[in-house]
Amino acid sequence: MSAGTIVFALLLGFSAGLLAGFFGVGGGILFVPTLVALGLSQIEAEATSLLAILPTVAAGTWRQRRYGNVDRRAALTLGLASIVGAVAGVQIATTLPEDTLRRLFGVLLLGVAGQLAWRARRAAPYPSES
Amino acid sequence: MPLKLLAIGLVAGLFSTLFGVGGGIVVVPLLIIALGFESKRATGTSLAAIGITALAGTILYAFEGHVDVAHAALVGLPAAAGAVIGTGVQQRLSGRALMLAFAGLVAALAVWLLLS
Repeated sequence: MSAGTIVFALLLGFSAGLLAGFFGVGGGILFVPTLVALGLSQIEAEATSLLAILPTVAAGTWRQRRYGNVDRRAALTLGLASIVGAVAGVQIATTLPEDTLRRLFGVLLLGVAGQLAWRARRAAPYPSES
Repeated sequence: MPLKLLAIGLVAGLFSTLFGVGGGIVVVPLLIIALGFESKRATGTSLAAIGITALAGTILYAFEGHVDVAHAALVGLPAAAGAVIGTGVQQRLSGRALMLAFAGLVAALAVWLLLS
């Protein structure tokens, strides 16, 4: 791994963390393409992204708890229910061909971009704030 | 409310391991729209839930031998520093400013997708 590659990885990692803090996501949307660019296969990038998410969410949650923004019961319910979905997701991802998985991820990115554009265009962002 | 939370969690988990993402992209809007969470509370709660989801996903993928610990550290550790700064900045932005930042992210993602 060259020095340039390491700097690239560190910068993208830092950016992904900033986004995680802003928007309550783990940064995986950026981790996966970064890891693919670093030479990992799509399935390795996705699996490794999940591990990379852990320090990010730990830091983010620590900060959010200080601000009183975490509903602990809801988070626990969501998290435990997600394990069932996660088992199914791994089964599907490991069964799918590599290029199909990568194309699906591309579609996900397009969907995310579209969702954000749609939300930003609305005058009142969310019902709770209108 | 618990049923809706369970359903959101289930979908988030599937998304998470299928795509290698935390699932916040699904959880944050659903908490706001389906359960009436205020946006900062949705963000914070989603982050905490993602911790559990990503841990489960990592363990499941580790059994398959797909997890590269060195690469995870290379992007994950600077990301943790970014997350601390990101949440700090979020507290000083209004809900509307947060939406504008969202719009900026859309534009960046669109350009990035077109160029890659």
